[in-house]
Amino acid sequence: MTTTLARSGRRPAALRSTVGRKQLMAVTGVLWFGFVFLHMVGMLKFFTGPESFDHYSHWLRTLFSPLFPHGWFLWLQRGGLTVALLLHIWAATSLTRQSRRARPVRYARTTNVQATYASRTMRWGGVIILLFIVYHLLDLSMGPANPGYVRGEVFRNTVASLERWPVAIAYLLAVGAVCLHLYHGVWSALQTMGANSPKRDAMIRRVSKTVGLLVFVGFASVPVAILLGYRG
Amino acid sequence: MTQTITETENPWIDAPSGTGPVLTANVKADGKTIEEMWDAHRFSLKLVNPANKRKHTIIMVGTGLAGGAAAASLGELGYHVKAFCYQDSPRRAHSIAAQGGINAAKNYRNDGDSVFRLFYDTVKGGDFRAREANVYRLAQLSVDIIDQCVAQGVPFAREYGGLIDTRSFGGAQLSRTFYARGQTGQQLLLGAYSALCRQIDAGTVEMHPRTEMLEVIVVDGRARGIVVRDMISGAISSHFGDAVVLGTGGYSNVFFLSTNAKGCNTTAIWRAHRKGALFANPCFTQIHPTCIPVAGDHQSKLTLMSESLRNDGRVWVPKQGDDTRAPDQIPEDERDYYLERMYPAFGNLVPRDIASRAAKRVCDEGRGVGPGGLGVYLDFSKAQGGPAAINAKYGNLFDMYERITGENPYEVPMRIYPAVHYTMGGLWVDYNLMSTIPGLFVAGEANFSDHGANRLGASALMQGLADGYFILPATLTDYIGANTLPPVSADHPAVREAEASVNERVQRLLDVNGTRTVDSFHRELGQVMWDYCGMSRNGEGLRKAINRIPELRAEFWDNVKVPGINEDLNQSLEKAGRVADFFELAELMCIDALHRNESCGGHFREEYQTPEGEARRDDDNYAYAAAWEFKGVGLAPVLHKEKLTFDYVHPAQRDYR
Amino acid sequence: MRLTLKVWRQPKGATKGHFETYETDGVSPDMSFLEMLDVVNDRLTLDGQDPIAFDHDCREGICGTCGMVINGVAHGPERATTACQLHMRHFRDGDVIHIEPWRAAAFPVIKDLVVDRGALDRIMEAGGFVTAPTGAAPEAHSTLVPKEAADAAFEAAACIQCGACVAACPNASAMLFTAAKVAHLSRLPQGQPERYGRVVKMVATHDAAGFGNCTNIGECAAVCPKEIKLDTITALNRDVISSTLFQ
Repeated sequence: MTTTLARSGRRPAALRSTVGRKQLMAVTGVLWFGFVFLHMVGMLKFFTGPESFDHYSHWLRTLFSPLFPHGWFLWLQRGGLTVALLLHIWAATSLTRQSRRARPVRYARTTNVQATYASRTMRWGGVIILLFIVYHLLDLSMGPANPGYVRGEVFRNTVASLERWPVAIAYLLAVGAVCLHLYHGVWSALQTMGANSPKRDAMIRRVSKTVGLLVFVGFASVPVAILLGYRG
Repeated sequence: MTQTITETENPWIDAPSGTGPVLTANVKADGKTIEEMWDAHRFSLKLVNPANKRKHTIIMVGTGLAGGAAAASLGELGYHVKAFCYQDSPRRAHSIAAQGGINAAKNYRNDGDSVFRLFYDTVKGGDFRAREANVYRLAQLSVDIIDQCVAQGVPFAREYGGLIDTRSFGGAQLSRTFYARGQTGQQLLLGAYSALCRQIDAGTVEMHPRTEMLEVIVVDGRARGIVVRDMISGAISSHFGDAVVLGTGGYSNVFFLSTNAKGCNTTAIWRAHRKGALFANPCFTQIHPTCIPVAGDHQSKLTLMSESLRNDGRVWVPKQGDDTRAPDQIPEDERDYYLERMYPAFGNLVPRDIASRAAKRVCDEGRGVGPGGLGVYLDFSKAQGGPAAINAKYGNLFDMYERITGENPYEVPMRIYPAVHYTMGGLWVDYNLMSTIPGLFVAGEANFSDHGANRLGASALMQGLADGYFILPATLTDYIGANTLPPVSADHPAVREAEASVNERVQRLLDVNGTRTVDSFHRELGQVMWDYCGMSRNGEGLRKAINRIPELRAEFWDNVKVPGINEDLNQSLEKAGRVADFFELAELMCIDALHRNESCGGHFREEYQTPEGEARRDDDNYAYAAAWEFKGVGLAPVLHKEKLTFDYVHPAQRDYR
Repeated sequence: MRLTLKVWRQPKGATKGHFETYETDGVSPDMSFLEMLDVVNDRLTLDGQDPIAFDHDCREGICGTCGMVINGVAHGPERATTACQLHMRHFRDGDVIHIEPWRAAAFPVIKDLVVDRGALDRIMEAGGFVTAPTGAAPEAHSTLVPKEAADAAFEAAACIQCGACVAACPNASAMLFTAAKVAHLSRLPQGQPERYGRVVKMVATHDAAGFGNCTNIGECAAVCPKEIKLDTITALNRDVISSTLFQ
């Protein structure tokens, strides 16, 4: 008697499993990481002054034009990121719920032997980042949360928002959450996709730490500069 | 023909010839040589139609190497197997703790090994008290065991070329021991367990963990089922089958302190013994020389350190008694390297029984070291290559020693002392591994079959797997094929009687409500056994024990405190039942030791030694397996003898000087 | 030594549990943790109370039966040490020690510190084997296994199925256990034919048993008494991807 799983049944079973859902999180997470990194590089154009920065944001709409009509690629990308985000959140939620169910009675006392702060705060960090994304869109993409919002004047909008110190601090905290999320997330995604190995592990951990810090410094530089009086 | 044990000089009865069960091996291979015997015998065995096998239920008690391997193999054949173990998973059976390895006559090293040589060494190592036919078959099957285990994915140690590595072990002059670092037992058991898992998933094996067998059901003279207790709910229920197999391990825990797991017990085989299965050579126990000594009264079990340590360490004690100096303060000329002094040829590498007795002797002289003076030094300070070489070879053992004792063995010599480790005795079985109750088969350490009076290192795993994978599937099929076994009704008087006796016993234990814990009785019994029926025995001591044990047993039934109720997970109740059986077994062990007026293997009677202090066998009078028949608690057991003949290996005196 | 124990007591699985405090005196530093509990239990028994139920068997760190969370750490404070091999010399006079059972929905409490780890057996039954019926095996040397592969397989196979990984995991995931079992066989030639079916079935059984998911936190490997490494989980993840994309 044998109990081998038939070949045809393997794929759906693998995708449905906790490992499959985690891998979905890894893939969507990596997509978002790519976006965040490029977004940060773009943000650094802030320091080239209002004209250049506004021009850059306008250029984004012309990307891949005329292959796609004007502005289409940006929407395509927005759509892709939204889908990725929804999948990421769906997987995270379903896995989190499963984990909660897996330990109905908590320990009276827990001592972490080696877990990092970042690894233990992925879920709340994720929620903070999600809230921040909503605010960020209302603030700088659409305007309702920004008193001085003028469509198309990206530099001016950025300054108008971040010169209010509570907003700047909230922004810094959110970027900190992104940094922690990436610090564990980048390593974790590679581990989840099976790309880690004992030999590469230390290197991958260094890279994810560096990437997290880089993203933090890159994004934090803008509100800090604004608070310090930089106006282009 | 009953008499009580304590009222006579010889507390046993020799069965008049021609009475009782006929103890023959039942080998059906007339005129064949030992090499052809198993083949010829197998050809004589009955078969069962593959389509009919699923209609037959086999009850398997114990799922270690022997039981687990048998359950899996019988399931593969298509039988319906109901397997039971007291652990929470079959993977925890104490087979798991075997460290050293498993012997096999593969001759991969081209060092002159052969099936015949493994057979020869095992018979000789057993000090000529094993059955030749069984041992030869064991050596033959050793080869297939390795193949089977490798196919299952057992990660044996390998050479760089990808071939399996072997080593010399336990003083053998050949490298025939296959190993998986220091956990060969665990890896082999995981192989058997994984095969068992496959059958559980396939539905052929029904697994009942945390279930303890408390009685055998014998219907019309045949073993047809067992009564078990569910260790979580306390429910007592019966299970029926066409045959019952006991693979329930050894009984070293009769000594309380042993290297066995805490749960190891004699209940299954003792209950079968009470129902008519003869118990053979109960006094043959093996003492392992290199265990970590007892640290105090709280000690609950002993831990083995691999025998391989004696390859590099030197064993010594101070020359003067009661020497309380730290070991490094004792100058070289005030140390007694007693093994090197007494056995210049073999030195620290003498066999297990000899090393153990020598350690006991120097400690009895008051020269032992450590708490209670029960320990000898195993010193690595002068070992070849220094600490680095020692670390490479024994690093994990040194870590384990430090974890347990809190002493750093790189700086202070290790302290070791012998401990009970394995029991060669067990239920008597024929060549088919069937006991004297038809339909009751016994495998592995639970039977008496292959090791005689002393087991060689790395042979226990071999025997368990040979019994389970290869022998039982053939011989059980013969039994089922040859007999008509009508279904047993749950209302059968024998079933009712067995269930009632279990219930009554459980209730009796709970009702005593005395003032002493189960463990305190077990410790005291263990001490009596260790003092009088341990590493060396004498007639006077054994008689003392035979008088003391019934007193202690009576006090147990009068004054033990078992808290709680049956309908619960009640670990005290589990222990109490086991200790009650140890009390009865202990008495039989002492009687067996007293009756055997010779020294052989692990059985050393001080009255029977050579002028040099070595064991003196008496082949004229004791070349037999002593199989005891139960007559009642406190009544003299009846001795039946299976004459052992040695047609291929001729008895000789062992000499290691 | 004098110690204060705060022990989880739960008479039956379905009942509510609570912590009970026991003062214990005269603890010798040479005792193992379980021997210390033996002494407490002897006293409870003689006082007519129910002794603390805890699982244990070999008491030499290989059978995997024992397991309890001691001061918030599975198997207690010593690295690579099971509870039965933990000795009291690692505690100080006057210490307060919290003792809790493994806590996971897949490991329901049976009584006090005893839990049902049968879910791990179910994972094994789902595929933790090579289909090699008795008697069908080829000669052992007919398949060469590189030493590195054999050693790596051994390291994974050293898992003792104690469940500490589940107890320590913030998600109560048994992924380290599952991965160790998968890695043991996938690192050997004997395990190749069933490799991808095995991993999917074992993971599916793991999930169905009610364990949480792995979020790569690593507490499991940190408390593992046999030091099973996290790279077994990497390898399992890789095999799951392969079973989806390439097989």
